[in-house]
Amino acid sequence: MSEKSLPAVGYLKIPEDGDPYLEGYKCGNCGAVFLGERSVCSKCFTRDKMSAIRLEETGTLYSFSVVYRSFPGIDVPYVSAIVDLDGGGTVKGNLINIDPDPDKIDFGMKVKLTYQDALGRKDKEGNSYLSYFFEPA
Amino acid sequence: MSDVYVLGVDMIKFGRFPDRTVPNIGAEAALMALDDAGLTIKDMQAMYCGNLGQANAMVGQRILQEIGQTGIPVVNCANACATGATAFREAWMSIKAGIYDVVLAVGVEQMGKGLLGGAGGGDGIPKEGLLGSGTMPCVFAEAGMEHSKDHGTTFEQFAKISVKNHHHSTMNPKAMYQIETPLDVVMNAEMISYPNTKLMCSVNVDGSAAAVLVSEKKAKELGMGRAVRVKASALASDPYTDRDLVMPDVNACTRLAAEQAYEMAGVSPEDINLVELHDCFATAEMLHYENLGLCKDGEAGKMIDEGHVELGGKVPVNVSGGLLSKGHPLGATGIANIYEVCTHLRGEAGDRQVEGARLGMTHVIGLGTACGIHILEKV
Repeated sequence: MSEKSLPAVGYLKIPEDGDPYLEGYKCGNCGAVFLGERSVCSKCFTRDKMSAIRLEETGTLYSFSVVYRSFPGIDVPYVSAIVDLDGGGTVKGNLINIDPDPDKIDFGMKVKLTYQDALGRKDKEGNSYLSYFFEPA
Repeated sequence: MSDVYVLGVDMIKFGRFPDRTVPNIGAEAALMALDDAGLTIKDMQAMYCGNLGQANAMVGQRILQEIGQTGIPVVNCANACATGATAFREAWMSIKAGIYDVVLAVGVEQMGKGLLGGAGGGDGIPKEGLLGSGTMPCVFAEAGMEHSKDHGTTFEQFAKISVKNHHHSTMNPKAMYQIETPLDVVMNAEMISYPNTKLMCSVNVDGSAAAVLVSEKKAKELGMGRAVRVKASALASDPYTDRDLVMPDVNACTRLAAEQAYEMAGVSPEDINLVELHDCFATAEMLHYENLGLCKDGEAGKMIDEGHVELGGKVPVNVSGGLLSKGHPLGATGIANIYEVCTHLRGEAGDRQVEGARLGMTHVIGLGTACGIHILEKV
């Protein structure tokens, strides 16, 4: 079992000395930004021009839903949010620290990333995980 | 290249058949389609079978083991919710290519109950409810909310789509449900993922549908009486769009397939008399009015408000009851909607008949993403 929390997804990076961040891969030819490592751009088809970038911490709410029914054992309601990050890249995640009422959530609202324990979820070995969330900026 | 015709087509009444096997459910529709065509399994030169849940289990061959092992080539297809349409299209292509004259296409699915989808599996910890939701009601809610953001579409407008499709299904004995659901009932049903309530989500059912496709030569030989011409067949995958890999873009994929289908058929959206489109959720149907060119961008809400998409309206949509009430057995859906349109073009749709229908369109879209569109014409 790891003493430190593991990242909930591969594109969440936890440096030895420094703050966690989300990693994107940006095409050197067309500028498209992807989550997760890749070597070919699916937008412009250029090969081997991808480089890792640190995604920005702030963004804009693009779309969302308030989820009232999920799989057994998952706390509801919660806000499932699609966020366009400033500087490129779209990320999906939970929007927290907000009333989960569709009438009180504004499209285009400014949000920022926050990194917290993954709702207490642990894997079979008992490892803890760090995840990312959005909250109003 | 030969025109391709649907000579026989049918579907079973959708329902829940936990005591039957997938091939057994598929075999029933296959026999019905053969009967409708006035042919037997001995006449079939190839079979294309669509099924998702047992994609690695040779469902097509197992159907033939129930209805006749003639040794013909069988291709099993899986393409998410476009699975049935893909099997139909493969059959169409084989005739277009001049390889065969008489081909069977079958779509079948046995569904469990409950939510489909869910974000992430694999290593580590479950991601559902941690990184947003990957459940289908949520994914299509987010797509609907994008339309609300851009065009002011309301919860009530989305709900009206469900009222309409449930109403249509009261006239379809093969639908899972024949129950009126007034607006207040739809809006006050359990909220699953805003704005989709339970009655705005498609019904998980078991079902099958099948079609016998023939070349022009064969159709003339056998008699064109009830034949329906396949005027266009289009299949698209998701073209790159900015958010597609995070928020599946069902719009771009549908628009791409629709453009190709209209071009192949040499018709425009105004020529289409009825549409069976992929209303897996009420929010999805709203998007596809625009994606299929039935109205201008931003006017989808008006289409439902003004009744243009109801039976008797300008372009009736999902007069079968749609996935919302007829039910959505994933692999069967793409052929079941072809059955529906053919039934209208043949003038055999009873109470829900779209009068004078000459051209109809079917549309399915499976996340991942695959969109299949067919345009069918009365002969």
